[in-house]
Amino acid sequence: MMFDYVSFLQNLSNGVLIGGVYALIGVGLTLVFGVMKIINFAHGDFVILGMYCAVLLNSLLGWDPYLSLLVAMPLGFMAGALLQRLVLSRLMEAPPESSLLVTLGLALVIGNILLLTFGAEPKSVNVSYASSTVSLGKVSFSIILLLAGLATMVVIAGLYTVLNHTELGRAIRATADNRLGAELVGINTRWIEAVVFGIGMALAVTAGVVLIPLLFATPTFSGAIFTLKAFVVTVLGGLGNIGAAIAGGLLLGVVEVMGASYLTSDYRDAYGLLVFLLILLLRPEGLFGKTVKRV
Amino acid sequence: MSDQADNVLSVQNVDLGYGSLKVVFDASLTVKSGELVGLIGGNGSGKSTILRAVSGMIKPWKGTIHFDGQEVSGRKPHEMARLGLAHVPMGRQLFGNMTVHDNLLLGASLPAARDRRDENLEKVLTLFPDLKKYAREKAVQLSGGQQQMVAIARGLMLGPKMILLDEPSLGLSPLLVKDVMAAIRRVADTGMPILLVEQNVKQVLQVSDRAYVLENGYQVLDGPSSALQGNEMIKKAYLGL
Ligand SMILES: Nc1ncnc2c1ncn2[C@@H]1O[C@H](COP(=O)(O)OP(=O)(O)OP(=O)(O)O)[C@@H](O)[C@H]1O
Ligand SMILES: [Mg+2]
Repeated sequence: MMFDYVSFLQNLSNGVLIGGVYALIGVGLTLVFGVMKIINFAHGDFVILGMYCAVLLNSLLGWDPYLSLLVAMPLGFMAGALLQRLVLSRLMEAPPESSLLVTLGLALVIGNILLLTFGAEPKSVNVSYASSTVSLGKVSFSIILLLAGLATMVVIAGLYTVLNHTELGRAIRATADNRLGAELVGINTRWIEAVVFGIGMALAVTAGVVLIPLLFATPTFSGAIFTLKAFVVTVLGGLGNIGAAIAGGLLLGVVEVMGASYLTSDYRDAYGLLVFLLILLLRPEGLFGKTVKRV
Repeated sequence: MSDQADNVLSVQNVDLGYGSLKVVFDASLTVKSGELVGLIGGNGSGKSTILRAVSGMIKPWKGTIHFDGQEVSGRKPHEMARLGLAHVPMGRQLFGNMTVHDNLLLGASLPAARDRRDENLEKVLTLFPDLKKYAREKAVQLSGGQQQMVAIARGLMLGPKMILLDEPSLGLSPLLVKDVMAAIRRVADTGMPILLVEQNVKQVLQVSDRAYVLENGYQVLDGPSSALQGNEMIKKAYLGL
C-alpha cells in the first residue's frame, strides 16, 4: 500500500489548526501560572463559558459566533479580573492547596450554573459556511478550522506584543520573574495579577467561541476535558513558558488528529494523554524545560 | 542635637522587634544630604531590621522616623518608595530572566519616576558605564559584582532622595567588593545620601563619611569613619588587628 501523502497533509493541517486553539487555551493557563503560581482548574470551564456566550448571542440575537468575540473577550477579561480581586486575591497568604480547592470549586459552580441555565443537552451553533472549504492543491481546508487558526494567531500575536513591547507587559514579566523585586520597584503586583487572570480568562473564552462551530458544548463535562488538555499542553512544553505552550498545543492537535485518523477515533482524547505520559517519562522537565528539579 | 533641617533621614530612639521579640534597643541615627553613612555590626545585630523599619516593612515599637522632613513611621514600603526612598535589598532581587536594560527601566515603575526615566537612565549609565555593555544580557548571566551594580543602578532609576543598601558585598570576591564600594562612593559623590549596611567593616570605614556600630541590638559606637578606623575596640572586634 502506498503512503497517502494527501491525507497525511490533510491530517497535519487539521491537526495544526485545531492545535492552535489548544495552544490558545494552554497559553492562558501558563500565563496565569507564571505570574500567580497557581494552576487554574476552572480554566476549561472558562472555555465552555465562551462557547455558551456564542450560543446565547446566536439564539437571542442571531449573531454569527465570530461576532460574539467582540462581547466575549472584554467580558471574559473583566470577569477574570473581578474573580481574581474578589476570590483568588484572598488566597495570597493561604497554603498552596487552597488555590486548587478554590479553582476546582469555581469549576463546579460554573458548570452547574450553565446546566441550570441551558440544560444538559449539548448545544452548538450552526453556521451556513460550516462545511465550506478552500483547496490548496489536493488538500482542502475547512473554513471554520481556518478561522479558528486565524483567530488564534491574531490573539497570540497580540498577547506577544503586549508582553514584549509595552510597559504593562514589562511589569507582568517582572512580576512573574520576581514578585518581591517587583514590589520593591513600586509595581502594584495585586493589580498585575488581576490583569493577568483577566487575560487568561479572555484567551479561554476566545478559544471557546472559535470552537463552537466545530464542537458541541456540554455544561459540566467538557470543562474538565479542556482543563485537562490545557494542562497537557502546558506541561508538555514546560509550565510557565508561553512559547513552549504554543508548541505543546500544536503537538497535541496533531497527535489527536493523526491518532483519530490512523488508529481509531474512539480514543481521540486519549492519544494526547498517552504522548503526555511518554514525554514525561523521557523528559520530566517537559519538552523545552531547562533543568530537572528533583527534591 | 545637630541641626534637624539638613537631615534627610532621622531615626530617633526606636525599639524594633518581631512578634514579641525585641531585637533593636533605643537606636538613633541620622543621614544628612550628601552623606554616605555606614551601619555596621556582626551577624544578627539588627542592621537589616533598622533598614526594614526605615523602608516601612516593619513598624517601630517606640521612637520616630523622619524622612525628608516628614514623620514616616508606619508607612508602607510602596509609600516610602513614592516619597523618594530607594531600598536595594540583600540578595539584590533582580529580574534574573530579563535584560539589564529592562531591569533598569523597571526601576522607574512609579509614575513620577516614569516621567523622568530617560533622563535618569542617562545619569545612571554615566555612573555605571559598564552597564551599557551588558544592556542586552539577562541579569542572571552577569557576575555577582555586575549584578550588584545593576541593583544599585535600578534603585537610582527611581530618582530617589536617598538610597538604602543592604549588604551589597554579600557573596562577592574581595576584588569585586572593592569595585562595588568604589561605585557606591561614586554615587555618594553625586550628592546622593546613602545608608550602607554591611558586615564588611573594613571596606565600609574606608568609603563612608560616618558610621554607626551595632552590637546585639545596641548602638555601641558612632562617629566619623576615619576616627572609627583608629578605634581600639573596632580594630580588635572587626578589623582583626
Ligand atoms: N522576620 C524575622 N522574624 C523574627 N526574627 C527576626 C526576623 N528577622 C530578623 N530576626 C531576628 O532579629 C535579629 C536581628 O536580625 P537582622 O536581620 O536585623 O540582623 P543583621 O544585623 O541584618 O544580620 P546579618 O548581618 O546577618 O544580615 C536576629 O536575631 C534575627 O534572628
Ligand atoms: Mg542583614
